[in-house]
Amino acid sequence: MRRPRASLFLPRPDYLRRRLVDAARLLPIFGGFLVLLPILWTQTDVQTGGTARSGIYLFVVWAALVAVAAWLAPRLAAAAERDDALPESEPGILGSDEVAQPPRQGDGV
Amino acid sequence: MPFNVLVLTCFAYVFFLFLVAYLADRRAARGRVAWLRSPLVYTLSLSIYCTAWTFYGAVGYAARSGLEFLAIYLGPTLVFVGWWWVLRKLVRIGRKHRVTSIGDLISSRYGKSNLLGVIVTIMAVVAATPYIALQLQSVTLSFGVFASDTPEGWALPDRNATAIWVAVGLALFTVLFGTRNLDAKEQHHGVVTAIAVEAVVKLVALVAVGVFVVWGLADGPADIVNRIDASRLAEWQLLPGRWFGVIFLAGAAVICLPRMFQVLVVEDGDEQRLARASWAFPLYLLLMSLFIVPIAVLGLERLPSGSNPDMFVLTLPLAAGQGGLAMLAFLGGFSSATSMVIIEAIALSTMVSNHIVMPIWLRFRPQTAVSGDLRRIVLLARRLSIAAVLALGYGYFRLSGGSGALAAIGLVSFAGAAQVLPAMLGGIFWRGATRVGAAAGLTIGFATWAYSMYLPSFGPDAVISVQVFANGPFGIGWLRPQALFGVEGMDPLLHAVFWSMVLNTTAFIAGSLLTFPGPVERAQSAAFVNVFDSHNEGLRPRPWTGGRAEPEALLVMTQRILGDAALGLFAAEAKAQGKEGYLPDASPEFVDQLERQLAGSVGAATAHAMISELVGRERVSVEDLMAVANETAQIMEYSGRLEAQQIELTRTAGALREANEKLTQVSMQKDAFLSQISHELRTPMTSIRAFSELLMEGDVPGQTVTAQAGVINAEAVRLTRLLDDLLDMSVLENGSVRLDLSVANMRLMIDRALIAAGNVRPERSFEIVRNPLAEEIFLRTDSDRLVQVFINLISNARKYCDAASPWMKIAVKQKAGRVYIDFIDNGAALPKANQALIFEKFARLTDASRAGGAGLGLAISREVMANLGGSVGYLPGQGGPAFRVTLPLQYVAAAKRD
Repeated sequence: MRRPRASLFLPRPDYLRRRLVDAARLLPIFGGFLVLLPILWTQTDVQTGGTARSGIYLFVVWAALVAVAAWLAPRLAAAAERDDALPESEPGILGSDEVAQPPRQGDGV
Repeated sequence: MPFNVLVLTCFAYVFFLFLVAYLADRRAARGRVAWLRSPLVYTLSLSIYCTAWTFYGAVGYAARSGLEFLAIYLGPTLVFVGWWWVLRKLVRIGRKHRVTSIGDLISSRYGKSNLLGVIVTIMAVVAATPYIALQLQSVTLSFGVFASDTPEGWALPDRNATAIWVAVGLALFTVLFGTRNLDAKEQHHGVVTAIAVEAVVKLVALVAVGVFVVWGLADGPADIVNRIDASRLAEWQLLPGRWFGVIFLAGAAVICLPRMFQVLVVEDGDEQRLARASWAFPLYLLLMSLFIVPIAVLGLERLPSGSNPDMFVLTLPLAAGQGGLAMLAFLGGFSSATSMVIIEAIALSTMVSNHIVMPIWLRFRPQTAVSGDLRRIVLLARRLSIAAVLALGYGYFRLSGGSGALAAIGLVSFAGAAQVLPAMLGGIFWRGATRVGAAAGLTIGFATWAYSMYLPSFGPDAVISVQVFANGPFGIGWLRPQALFGVEGMDPLLHAVFWSMVLNTTAFIAGSLLTFPGPVERAQSAAFVNVFDSHNEGLRPRPWTGGRAEPEALLVMTQRILGDAALGLFAAEAKAQGKEGYLPDASPEFVDQLERQLAGSVGAATAHAMISELVGRERVSVEDLMAVANETAQIMEYSGRLEAQQIELTRTAGALREANEKLTQVSMQKDAFLSQISHELRTPMTSIRAFSELLMEGDVPGQTVTAQAGVINAEAVRLTRLLDDLLDMSVLENGSVRLDLSVANMRLMIDRALIAAGNVRPERSFEIVRNPLAEEIFLRTDSDRLVQVFINLISNARKYCDAASPWMKIAVKQKAGRVYIDFIDNGAALPKANQALIFEKFARLTDASRAGGAGLGLAISREVMANLGGSVGYLPGQGGPAFRVTLPLQYVAAAKRD
């Protein structure tokens, strides 16, 4: 069942919302890469004394992840709220109330 | 510090927590939960991830294995930062299906299978036992720290006695606040608030010790960096396998640990609060781990070698003579331990009572589902479970002798909890995951974990003999607990996690692929995996369609579980159904809703079993579900049909609108025509009147009379011609014209037309280009009428062609029984807008008087051609004005226009 007005392109706010979700999904993957990066260091960097440096690096990455997540969170929460409201307000031919009263075959079913 | 001061402080602190929990519960009972449900409290309650293991163990971990301890907090950070992937869905499912525990989630997803509930519960209890023991151990150790360097020399009380008192105290607290009520939702506002307070205490305590260490004992961050490089931590090398493995394990544990699931999902999580926690919880973890390394380094530096690094948080301030700070640190550790134990006990007791005690009870005394006080039984089961869980923890503590590094015990527990991960993720993302697959995966993963990690954690010869460690059971080498399938030299932790997860996932996937799910299972899988498609809600089959239940029996049963709330629920439903009183019809929808309500208290499987007791056991079949789905499909088809009708209507409306526009246009044309015609008639009339008046005056020279009479005559001729044209027009338009059909030669007709049109602007030389051979066509038509059209076109060209040396090309073509005659001259081509306009009546593009006609020529031509079964139209793209006349070789009456 296709909606006649289904458009290939989204309006700007919806488009931005989806990109926001993309960002939220990619953040842990990118973060995972940064956190696992020290694995590569130790194989080449054999001199001692890297502990403090590694520690500082990890905490900086950590803080950056927190900062980006804090920037994304309120926007995503708003997006999630809109997502919930969407199906009801979706332009359909009939409101959801009308659809809820189907022609019943009989009470026996 | 005197020991009794310590004990007194402990008691005061616990009393304070009691007070907080009590007040919060009272507030919640009055319905004032806004503050209790704030994102802040939610985030703080999540901090039970940081147990005594973090508070004490992390420093020890750092002292032993450098920065590796960070992995335990980076894993959850990644999971929370990526909340949109998994947590959001978990929380949504938890809220929608009133999930009471992680066991309930798994059981509910796989067709409300109680078997899975039992498996997960047993796994959770077994995995949690060392963790609870760890908390007891850390509290006992911390008591020991204060005792050992007391100047008064009071004797250290028996370690086991301390542990047992702590365990009993915690059980009491948990029973008091965790099992006070049996709610429709498994929520404990009082406990959660107390946990939030404890979260603040432990953060403040750890940060205070950290600040004291960095700025009190050392000279600020730069100095700390130097000291780290000088200490034995500098020799630390990151082990890639362990780093990755521990991050994975911690990330899995943060969603799979029963206590984390409890605060994350069950205690009323929602997206808004989760969004806040997605960054606030990682921030909390960051702050908790920020000072771990400095404390470890300073501890290693200042304290005598051989002192337990797990207790540096306490011993460092004590050694520096900071009794108050040590006290705060002690309370922080105490908070960490107690909060974890309380929530873990609540989560586990819920699982034990919902998945083990209740089903057994209902199995042996099924009549209690209908009669008897279930509320009391459920609560009693929970209280006993809490006591049992703590007793198990104490047992493990006694058995393991309270030794071993804290971190090692914690990771054993994490790995056990992580065994739920495949079944959980598969359950919420994969429709094809089945009960058999989940059961196989859980069992095999759990067995592998127990064999390769849990049992060895008791130490060699405790459960598994040294013989088995070295040569494998019965001498089978590839079954050695720490070298399964010949994989040797792997870190034991990594080895166990690797094999348990691999075997678990394999069994889960294979089992799912090879089995076919039952009806309830399929319904649940759709409901879980597609939890965000709220417009699919109608498609959710209602399993209770076939059954008949007495509403009163349902009410009685619901009251047993929900108490007075049941009556309100039934009354609301009755009102919604438009019935008086308290008893609604037991419609499938209502029974389904009721089941969800009950599931919120006793778990999905038990609720399902209880309802089955009344409605009829497993009446539902795939056919039933398909029937329901069919009904829904019919609704969708119906709305699809409506939609098609709507499209049809839109199309008709469009056509009507177009027709209306055309009509309006025609009406306007008619008005324009009338005003035009009066104007056209009036102009010659005016001059005739004027000149005739002049003549009437007499006294005019004879020459002028002739001239004026000439004008009058000319105007009269023009008037006559106009009227002729109009008459012609109306005859043609009515289609009542009489055609004089005959066979005519095209070349001769064009010749005639050229001669006739020659008198238009005869002073201009006008070259005509023709191909006489092509013109040798005989056609059957009204030749006079056709020539009339040709004359019109040729004289128009003569009139309007503005080229310096005008020429005209007349091209005749014959194709498929039709003749095409093109008249192309080299004047200026018409703009597109005018190409259709020129065929309208009275349309003259330039109002030049030289036109001399009434502006009906082309309109008449068009009508003539229509009558002859052909057409005339403007031919664009020929370099100049071009007209194409088309007509059939043979006139056919039917070709007349309609």
